[in-house]
Amino acid sequence: MQDSRELEIPFGHISLPQFPPIEIAGITIDISITKHVVFLWLSALILIALALVAARGNSKRRVPHGFGNLMEVFVLFIRDEIVLPNMGASGLRYMPYLLTTFFFILIMNLFGLVPYGSSATGNVSVTGGLAIIAFIMIQVAAIRAQGFGHYLAHLTGGVHWALWPIMIPIEILGLFTKPFALCIRLFANMSGGHIVIVSLIGLIFIFQSYLVAVAPAGFVVGIMFLELFVAFLQAYIFTMLTALFMGLGMKGEEGAEHAKERH
Amino acid sequence: MFDINPGLILWTILTFLAVLVILRFTAWKTLLASLTAREDSIRASLEQAESARQESLRLLEEHRRQRAEAEEQSRHIVTEGRELADHLKAEILEKAQGSARHIIEQAKEEIGREKEKALVQLRDEVAELAVLAAGKILDANLDAAKHRKLVDSAIRDLNKG
Repeated sequence: MQDSRELEIPFGHISLPQFPPIEIAGITIDISITKHVVFLWLSALILIALALVAARGNSKRRVPHGFGNLMEVFVLFIRDEIVLPNMGASGLRYMPYLLTTFFFILIMNLFGLVPYGSSATGNVSVTGGLAIIAFIMIQVAAIRAQGFGHYLAHLTGGVHWALWPIMIPIEILGLFTKPFALCIRLFANMSGGHIVIVSLIGLIFIFQSYLVAVAPAGFVVGIMFLELFVAFLQAYIFTMLTALFMGLGMKGEEGAEHAKERH
Repeated sequence: MFDINPGLILWTILTFLAVLVILRFTAWKTLLASLTAREDSIRASLEQAESARQESLRLLEEHRRQRAEAEEQSRHIVTEGRELADHLKAEILEKAQGSARHIIEQAKEEIGREKEKALVQLRDEVAELAVLAAGKILDANLDAAKHRKLVDSAIRDLNKG
């Protein structure tokens, strides 16, 4: 669950390479490969491989079949249930970003359920990185849809200028709280399940009895199924909320247009 | 657990962007394109099917209408033919009866005329015979014996003739 500099494999572990930290703008960044970086890359490779297999299968057949069909169910769901209701047809250009977000998070989440695996999304730095990208995408979508001027005007909240010193910090804070909530929600949900499982298994060692082991083992199986569900749910929620925030920023344009018409 | 590792954030962003860029131009593009193409083709086929259905409904309606028309027409023709036949039958019957009556009347007239003629002829012949018989009676009116004989022979003659 914790990040480490060693990768656990059956019958032993591998020490991961370490690099001297680099300094950018006064921040020391340790770019050493850790366990979560390995699973990050593993998830990325698996995602690329699966997506390519699905894409090749679907472009070859008229009617999708097997894995391509499964992939398409998710793609269709993201398009019809997430992008179109929240962002409208102009949101379709962000489909690749949202698809990547969904599948990347999903695969990382599912890695937590694999023996010797670890979910990178259970690390607050990884979800923080995803949230930073989400933050940038939300701003990009808003600026692209309503122009930079309207985007800045939106930060005033449309109140009297005398209130601007209060309103503008609040609005700017609002911009950051949304991705921050995304980051914490994903991280907490993914590590929470693992903590529950560790606690339940810990009970066996506390009581040191085979008889007691039966109950936690049953509970762990239940929690595992719950985690399987949560892995999908959190990937969906992260994607869904990102699309919602992007859509809100894009709809600011219409609000501004209406305000102009009224004056 | 809450310690933030800037290196991991950096790796996350780089990995995500790499995946995004790679998939954007390969898998997502193909997947979305094939999805749209299939949706379009399904929509087109559905529209086509709908228009074909409308067309077939229209044809069926037209066919029904034509059949009804044809039925109506044939019924009309049959009725008309039957009427004409009835009419003709009555006419022919009447004519035949008329002509039969005429022929019978003619025949009756003819018979009457012939009878009249025959009667006249008979009367003439009887008169002639009577005159002949009277002459013969007058000729042999000398004596009674002869007289008797004469009458007898005249009767015999009559019987013979």
